[in-house]
Amino acid sequence: MAEELTRAAVSGEVTMRVWRGDDGGGEFADYVLPAQEGEVVLDVVHRIQATQAPDLACRWNCKAGKCGSCSAEINGVPSLMCMTRMDSLPAGETVTVAPMRAFPVLRDLVTDVSFNYEVAKRIPPFQPREKTEDEVTVGGYRMQQMDVERSQEFRKCIECYLCQDVCHVIRDHEENKTSFAGPRFFARSAELEMHPLDVNDRRELLRRDQGLGKCNITKCCTEVCPENIKITDNAIIPLKERVVDASYDPVAWLGRKLRNRSKKSAAEAAATSPAEGPAAVQGDDPAHGIPGPPSRWVDGDDWVQDTDAPDAGTDPHTVGAPEGAGE
Amino acid sequence: MTTLEQPTITPVVLGGARGGPEVRTLRKDRYWVQPLVTVTVLTLFVGYASWAAFVNKDYFAGAALHRNLISPFYSPCLTESCVPGSHPGTVISWWTISPALLILIFPLGFRMTCYYYRKAYYRSFWQAPPACAVSDAHGSYTGESRFPLLLQNLHRYFFYAGLVFNVILTIDAVLAFRQPGVGIGFSLGTAVLVVNACLLWLYSLSCHACRHLCGGGVKRFSAAPIRHRIWKALTPLNTHHMLFAWMSLVFVALTDLYVRLVASGAIHDYGFHF
Repeated sequence: MAEELTRAAVSGEVTMRVWRGDDGGGEFADYVLPAQEGEVVLDVVHRIQATQAPDLACRWNCKAGKCGSCSAEINGVPSLMCMTRMDSLPAGETVTVAPMRAFPVLRDLVTDVSFNYEVAKRIPPFQPREKTEDEVTVGGYRMQQMDVERSQEFRKCIECYLCQDVCHVIRDHEENKTSFAGPRFFARSAELEMHPLDVNDRRELLRRDQGLGKCNITKCCTEVCPENIKITDNAIIPLKERVVDASYDPVAWLGRKLRNRSKKSAAEAAATSPAEGPAAVQGDDPAHGIPGPPSRWVDGDDWVQDTDAPDAGTDPHTVGAPEGAGE
Repeated sequence: MTTLEQPTITPVVLGGARGGPEVRTLRKDRYWVQPLVTVTVLTLFVGYASWAAFVNKDYFAGAALHRNLISPFYSPCLTESCVPGSHPGTVISWWTISPALLILIFPLGFRMTCYYYRKAYYRSFWQAPPACAVSDAHGSYTGESRFPLLLQNLHRYFFYAGLVFNVILTIDAVLAFRQPGVGIGFSLGTAVLVVNACLLWLYSLSCHACRHLCGGGVKRFSAAPIRHRIWKALTPLNTHHMLFAWMSLVFVALTDLYVRLVASGAIHDYGFHF
């Protein structure tokens, strides 16, 4: 090993240790290539494809840090391959490239990130207020820059899902995928909650069904964000404070009562979501300790396991689907 | 055809095969340094603060030394056991042990529920996780969604209490300019108390709950321009919350130590008077 490192350093070579495998298992494979100036990790992976392993699978698109496709774990750190310069890594040492750990692997460096798409369907979309007479005349809403600039930070998100990958709540505890939206979607909810026109109230939904309380603000999402979005400070913590307003602050509760205002229930907030139910469900062979998923609303606001539903517990793809969905 | 309004709903099935080796982490850097430093500093602080709170002496340098310096751990000193001159009057007569134990509940609660310290101790003490992309040390995880960690949501109430203590410690710093028996003056001890009060204000004003309560919770800033200004002013402070958290923590202990050394006669508090 030491001999190999010395050789690499002296001869101007790079050694890449790339994960090769699929859902049946895998292992690291080493590739030694001549070093080239100015390369990023994705360039070297492409050279491996071109010269040594044409069947190496990796997802990429823009090579400019804007499409969010080439997410991987470089030397154990979730990063974009196209934005990680080789000269930023320790010289002469083997560079490990592994797929994102939080999601199921499809092949080599490519993971199935559909969990995120499922969560996205469950985020209540933008719900603007009624237009004023003046706005109807003008034909559009009137907003001031000071009202929208907070939300604009979150629009920078490229959906690389590195924040989702690094978040230990789902990375290390798979069972939480049934009840945790993750930092990318907390940022999305914050964007909507801070929007001056939006009238939805997602606080109870965030508290009860999207697992905001499971975030223990370790700021890893902020650390890995390639767009430098301050996810924890500007999205998650403000959302947590809003949830405190709605659910844990007796003075705020009293103020709501006196002013005859009420918060929306989780079901009311989620009423306009494209989809409902958990984004992840238990398989046929549940791992120990993973609770069964709730599957339908009762009394308008509570999730329960629907044991009477057809195929419940046998076909997880049908669990949680509302009537008519998928038809 | 699938549209945004009618998406295909296919929840993912838990337990898909993960890529990469079954190891705790593939990180090669010294990610353990930061948690180690946090554990060391916080343990030292808790150890020192506990000793200082229980020792119940040498917390006030008074008229005998021509000074008016009180340790932040013992201010406001409101019990019968407080040394003469250190308190504005006895308010609590039934408390017979160290008055610091009564006081420290509030600053301790403020720091325990602080968003920054939560990150620090979850990572370093609880190892959940010890660093980014390093596995948790625990098999199951519910975060702050259940009792007792649900109580972290009381942070804003400890923030309110912290503000009261900041006012008291600011008054202490101002009163420290009065040197009994000689007049108005300035000493190193005065400077220490002033810096301590300033750092505590910076720590409190950079707090995330403060930022939310002052303006962050407003939906439409143009309807609340004053709160927007306050929020804009607090946001740069908030980005340095970690720095202020550490500086104020270390300095409050150093302030207690300095007052203790002066009060016990171990060192002389150099200064001048008018």
